Amino acid sequence: MTIQRWLILAAVLVLCLWVLLPIYLIVVSAFGPRDAVFAWPKSFWPVDFTTETVAFFFGAQGVLSGLLNSILVALMTMVMAIALGAPAGYALARFAFPGKNVYRLLVLMTRAFPIPVLAVPLTVRFIEFGLYDTLLGVALVHTALALPFAVLITSSLFLGIPRELEEAAWTLGCTRLQAFRRVVMPLAMPGLAATAIFAFIVSWNEVFAATILSLENRTLTAFLISVLGESPLYFKFAGGFFLIVPALVFIFAIRKYLFSLWGIASR
Amino acid sequence: MPKERLLAYLLLAPSVLFLLVFFAWPFAEAFIVALQVRGEWSLGNFATMARDINFAPALRNTMLLILVIVPLQVMLALSMAMLLTRIRRQRDLVLYIWTIPLGISDLAAGIVWLALLSEQGYINTVLDALGLIEGPTLWLSYERPVALFVAVVAAELWRATAIVLVILVAGVQLIPREYGEAAEVFGAGAWQRFRRITLPLLKPSLQSALILRTILALEVFAVVVAISGRDLTVLMGEAYFWQNDYRDAGVASAYAVLILGISIACTLFFLRALRVREETEMR
Repeated sequence: MTIQRWLILAAVLVLCLWVLLPIYLIVVSAFGPRDAVFAWPKSFWPVDFTTETVAFFFGAQGVLSGLLNSILVALMTMVMAIALGAPAGYALARFAFPGKNVYRLLVLMTRAFPIPVLAVPLTVRFIEFGLYDTLLGVALVHTALALPFAVLITSSLFLGIPRELEEAAWTLGCTRLQAFRRVVMPLAMPGLAATAIFAFIVSWNEVFAATILSLENRTLTAFLISVLGESPLYFKFAGGFFLIVPALVFIFAIRKYLFSLWGIASR
Repeated sequence: MPKERLLAYLLLAPSVLFLLVFFAWPFAEAFIVALQVRGEWSLGNFATMARDINFAPALRNTMLLILVIVPLQVMLALSMAMLLTRIRRQRDLVLYIWTIPLGISDLAAGIVWLALLSEQGYINTVLDALGLIEGPTLWLSYERPVALFVAVVAAELWRATAIVLVILVAGVQLIPREYGEAAEVFGAGAWQRFRRITLPLLKPSLQSALILRTILALEVFAVVVAISGRDLTVLMGEAYFWQNDYRDAGVASAYAVLILGISIACTLFFLRALRVREETEMR
């Protein structure tokens, strides 16, 4: 029995290393000197800590604006996904009405749509409407990707808040809106924030639509993939590191919800 | 109550409108763009796509990647989910670490594995120390298609196994403990309990995991571009190059429609394949 326990422990540790080691090594690469990329044999320990590579990365044309664009697009996506998705989630959680199952099914079906089916035709239309190569255009497509998840996640979130609390507020003289604002909102807030962060990550990580819908105003992912072919290795590694950082920070912030968020999102 | 119903529809309306404009409309338009050449209906875009030198390898590579990655991921995630049921302490910490890749983009994952596999990279350092190679070796080049393929598989396993794990762990939590305990009383060993109880009861979760992962694996793209440039072609990558480099929305849409068709076919396949077996087991 003890041998079995040791084996289990060993397997768990190996799998943890499998996840963590590559992240650690990209950090070491990003914070090493530039020529360390070509050092042989590689040291697994940080040799000389330097921000030289990172500074070079941020000094490169397009990186800072890409970073700013990524943040703006992700923020817009976050706001639109919550503003459109949360009301629908609330309606699904609280009301019975004809067409509810059809709506649910349609939302679930959007998952089977590959991104090119949305993004390629939209480039044609966006050029007509002046949305091509704008941050709003990219954010709109990212919202389309994040919205179905926002609806499903907020719906289960509101289901978890007892209807009786709301009804008690009505009997005490609150209007529907007041009851929602004073009773439901405070309880839903942490979950809504987690949903918003989820939408942020969806947008931050998206490459395909962001690239083909833009030309000059590129997000960080779109910029990186378009210069990948002609950039030096250390530049790529610094880029990889800065793509991962926000993901790690956010994942840590919502670790309590991590499981239920992605659980609902992948049902 | 009609007033309540009205409110419900009002709350749904914005999202319905948005989904119509950004899903239903582009969906219809993808077919129109794919089926028109200079304003006239034709299959020309599909013909161009099929004649292209990169088409056959892209289709073959995408299908091979799915066939290799998805089963490996399901097996790995299943083992991880089973290991989690055996951990007593620090279960939350382990689960947190294992789900970190959920937030990592495919582009970032590709770059991370590029760093590991580069000529003077970490993996070569280890291989050299083990005496398996001599000095820096270039793996990621068009001359070594197998190495490129393995690198993409490794990066995808690293990045996207977590989503399968989440689905399976949620499924495992739904299985009542009593079943396993009862089987244990009757003398079933650990493997038998897994084979006869856990696996059959996990079938719905396995089905959704398989469908979701296959759809996502069809869209594998940035990982491949980061690791191989265009030396390893995939369908989604071709859609990208036709749109972004050649500015040909028609052929790009043809690729999009093809990808959509394959994802629908795979979804239907898994729905059927796993349902049939479920019925036979009920008897």
